[in-house]
Amino acid sequence: MTVPVPGADVVAAVEAAHRGGWALVLAATVRGCGDLDVAQECVQDAYARALSVWGERGVPDNPVAWLITVARHRAIDLHRRADKLPLLVEEIDAPADDSDQPWIPDDRLRLIFVCCHPALSRPAQAALTLRLVCGLTTAEVARAFLVQESTMAARITRAKKKISAARIPYRVPPPEELPTRIDAVLDVVHLLLSTGHTAPAGPTLVRADLLDRALDLARMLRTLLPADPGVAALLALILFTDARKHTRTAPDGRLLLLEEQDRSRWDATALDEAETFTREALRTRPPHRFALLAAIAGVHAQAPTWADTDWAELVALYDLLLRTWPSPVVALNRAVAVGFLRGPEAGLVELEPLTAEPQLASYPYLAASRADFLRRLGRVDEARLAYTEALLLTENQAERDFLTGRLAGSNTRQPP
Amino acid sequence: MAEYLILIYSDEKSDSAQSEAEFAEVMAGHNAFAERNGPALRGGNALTSTDAATSIRADGVTDGPFMESKEALGGYYLIEAIDLDAALAVAKQVPFSAGGGLEVRPIRPM
Repeated sequence: MTVPVPGADVVAAVEAAHRGGWALVLAATVRGCGDLDVAQECVQDAYARALSVWGERGVPDNPVAWLITVARHRAIDLHRRADKLPLLVEEIDAPADDSDQPWIPDDRLRLIFVCCHPALSRPAQAALTLRLVCGLTTAEVARAFLVQESTMAARITRAKKKISAARIPYRVPPPEELPTRIDAVLDVVHLLLSTGHTAPAGPTLVRADLLDRALDLARMLRTLLPADPGVAALLALILFTDARKHTRTAPDGRLLLLEEQDRSRWDATALDEAETFTREALRTRPPHRFALLAAIAGVHAQAPTWADTDWAELVALYDLLLRTWPSPVVALNRAVAVGFLRGPEAGLVELEPLTAEPQLASYPYLAASRADFLRRLGRVDEARLAYTEALLLTENQAERDFLTGRLAGSNTRQPP
Repeated sequence: MAEYLILIYSDEKSDSAQSEAEFAEVMAGHNAFAERNGPALRGGNALTSTDAATSIRADGVTDGPFMESKEALGGYYLIEAIDLDAALAVAKQVPFSAGGGLEVRPIRPM
């Protein structure tokens, strides 16, 4: 049998259906067969079949509906033969006019809440979300977290086993648990955002693929939970990051500081959208920590030039953030803002107590921030020591190159 | 339906320093828990301290708990629940002392 090579339009249609529809297709198939593994296999099958069938008969009007039908039929077939512990699929019995139900939960939401269940570890939550909700292959998920494929495969398998052995339900949590459970989901998406914003290691500063996934997930959550202020805030934060992603490195991959970036190249549409979501999120009192982070990103976005940055506003926002979310990393960012507001000497004073924080012991930005303030003060020897310390803690090549450059430039006693 | 074992861990040193009133408060907490969750309860007991524990390994019988740690198993409940969320909702009502905590383990179906 010869397999016809699908045309570019068919490949593009399958890719679009994968990117936009995977979660929907998988979630619907899981509901049908009650088994994550079987469903995942059948959905992969359906996408593979789409490549050949759509090539022969054309792309269907509703590609996602076609994929769901094919995957579910295959799942029913397979499941008759399988003898597995079924997933606990909640029966949908809500009538159309059920006033107790503020919205009809989408199957995708059930899938997301299974993946981000607090009974799973955070790395497992993130891996399952990329694998099951975004449809990444295990190899792609392994690359995203810089681990061996076999390690990632074991992590995902163990998580799926726990879902079935501990009976984690395929269900949207009841309203009283919803806020904390949504926060767990948001934390996973935020982890993808921060991993994508500055890759923990490797040659490139930004991992655009992870940023894209974080944005996809946040948009999906926005559709599914349109009234949630945390979702709006996280979407805003991701959009602020996304709008700047092309300006954070020079064409040669060199890291560009915020003060060096070409602000005219920031994506104005994304920034507008981000500001709208930020305003919406800030209306909830007390504001979600992601709303404050988005507001902070917004202050930078609104400044026409680096020199126009409203550092007083930033320090005030960090103060607010520290009150709702006390963390040494927030304190460090606040100290840096203080350094720009009142001068490097004041910044150093703020950084001082943080050197005793165990949580920051291996955090390169503490040493890098100290180095920068010391450099500005012309305290060359101490600056060199701090740059060297930061280099020891940094595995991202673009950041290493930046620090190495600063270290080499610190031989002269003139602050630029 | 599935069964879950709720294991109650506590710091034995601070437990033994408990006043009578504190102990009475803990017991009242367990009684209230049992009353509220009667239909889900399949069993449960408090254990004596690990001073009374005896361990058996391939090389024989020894004095003391199987695993030495600051927190020791002090009691358990066996409950029935539809899924993990339901089991956790019950387990969260089990009283435990400061420095202690709970572990929820599904019973393997036979």
